[in-house]
Amino acid sequence: MNVLVCVKQIPDPAVPGELDPETKTLKREGKLILDDSDAYGVEMSLQLAEKAGGGEVTLVSMAPNDEVSGLRTALAMGAAKAILVSDPELQGSDSLATAKVIAKAVERAGDVDLVVTATESTDGYTGTIPAQVAELLGWPSLTFAKHVEIGDGKVTIQRQTEAGYDMVEAPLPAVVSVTAGVVEPRYPSFKGIMAAKNKPVDNAKVADLGLSGDQVGWAGARQEIVSIEAAPERQAGEKIEDEGDAHERIVAFLEQLKVI
Amino acid sequence: MPIGKVWVFAESDEGKASTASLELLTKARELGDTVEAVLVDSSPDAIAPELGEHGAAKVYAADPGTSLTGVMGGAALAKLIEEHKPDLILFDQSYDGRDALARLSAKLDLPTLTNGSAIEVDGDSVTVATAIFGGNTIVKTTFSGPKPFLACFRPKSFAAEAGGGGAGEVVKVEGVDAGRAGEAQVTDHHVEEREGPKLEDAEVVVSGGRGLGSAENYEPLVEELAKLLKGASGASRAIVDAGWVPYAKQVGQTGKTVKPKVYIAIGISGATQHMVGMKGSDNIVAINKDAEAPIFSIADLGVVGDATKVVPKLIEALKAKGG
Repeated sequence: MNVLVCVKQIPDPAVPGELDPETKTLKREGKLILDDSDAYGVEMSLQLAEKAGGGEVTLVSMAPNDEVSGLRTALAMGAAKAILVSDPELQGSDSLATAKVIAKAVERAGDVDLVVTATESTDGYTGTIPAQVAELLGWPSLTFAKHVEIGDGKVTIQRQTEAGYDMVEAPLPAVVSVTAGVVEPRYPSFKGIMAAKNKPVDNAKVADLGLSGDQVGWAGARQEIVSIEAAPERQAGEKIEDEGDAHERIVAFLEQLKVI
Repeated sequence: MPIGKVWVFAESDEGKASTASLELLTKARELGDTVEAVLVDSSPDAIAPELGEHGAAKVYAADPGTSLTGVMGGAALAKLIEEHKPDLILFDQSYDGRDALARLSAKLDLPTLTNGSAIEVDGDSVTVATAIFGGNTIVKTTFSGPKPFLACFRPKSFAAEAGGGGAGEVVKVEGVDAGRAGEAQVTDHHVEEREGPKLEDAEVVVSGGRGLGSAENYEPLVEELAKLLKGASGASRAIVDAGWVPYAKQVGQTGKTVKPKVYIAIGISGATQHMVGMKGSDNIVAINKDAEAPIFSIADLGVVGDATKVVPKLIEALKAKGG
């Protein structure tokens, strides 16, 4: 079974983000890392391919400046190869443009049974791309999965709901988005890290995918950022050190608010 | 100046209209001349009256059968838009809301604005505000493409208030075909037992993070305290990622937005990812070992201390008072 997994390479979330005032896009100049959310998708894909007894895991990533550092992490975990779409025309792409690129990359990869994505990226977090990709491909989408099984040409998931979860199944090929914490991502082994250096990365441009420049980037987004402002700040209140009696202060605070 | 026709993609929750749908309808009354709802549910008659009271003159209702609500929602909306030409459609940033929005956007090649927290309408100019970087920056974006404009909002962005409208007139929508997407079938529902209120609706939310030390401490510290305060229990992304608690409990940017009367953060350092989901709370109490933790910069009462020592004493004190 061949699985294609979408991975995003993002600026380190531990470093405060910044917008470029000129381009109004997120500054992404520093080294990019594999989005933590995607490590679950990669791990899930590797496990599903292993259980199915064969097939490959292919990565797809869209990133500026031919960035591969995050891709190498996922290749070191065990993915076989990657498609990297890197093109200045992509700057300013919204979720739909990103979905168009991914859907075209799925077609480029060929012979894909399952597309796996995270629920949402850590930096953009629209949460719409999985179903957009599925719609563009004309495939079923099984979103917000907290458990995934493959068998008999079908994918079956536990889909997160407000009340618990639903069992959802669909025939392959399909798109599945997985929530964080569904599996424990493996750490790349030394051997994996060495092997990753020689794994193939297929570099594609927007035109190579059969998309035109006006479908992606700022032109494709059809929206305009009109202002970027600091949000009103919240003030800190009282801060105390626990000397063994801090709970009394909390009780008093809750009483004052009449919640107890 | 209002925009012509505003639709809300309404959702149900345990047999009633979801709170977020009512919030969106309340806001829609301010924005448009005509307000209508689109609902994908097998029993619309139970939900439509509440949608009507909150502003929906009509409720277009499609039955999802055993297909996914959001998937059928996208297909139903595409069909209805052609006929009724709405100018603006509002969605909730929920599981099904995002599915419907995504499907519709790809189907009709329309851009979307997501994670909105406010909206301004001036005739045909629609601007959506979104909080980024943990809520410290607000970006305002205006649609510049074709209509309908598709905008998705985080719950609690608006207050829900009934507007004295009548029961929404239910207009059944037949023949919705989602194609291969409709082949994703719901075969079973599992309802997890929940004591107390829902996370989004609770007056008190108690959330735990890494500072709990271990997964085993979540139940006796966080859940127990939430129960005593008749509140709901939540979590930081770190412990959801670590598999300590399910995703449904996650509060933050990639999780739920809560605005309770009191939010108690236990062993949560306050990554921007978390703060965006809770900084709108009326009152914030934080307990954390690290005196420099960012959570203290927004806490009304900050306790620098070991959560595993402070919380058991707090629970004991509350039990003593209650008993």
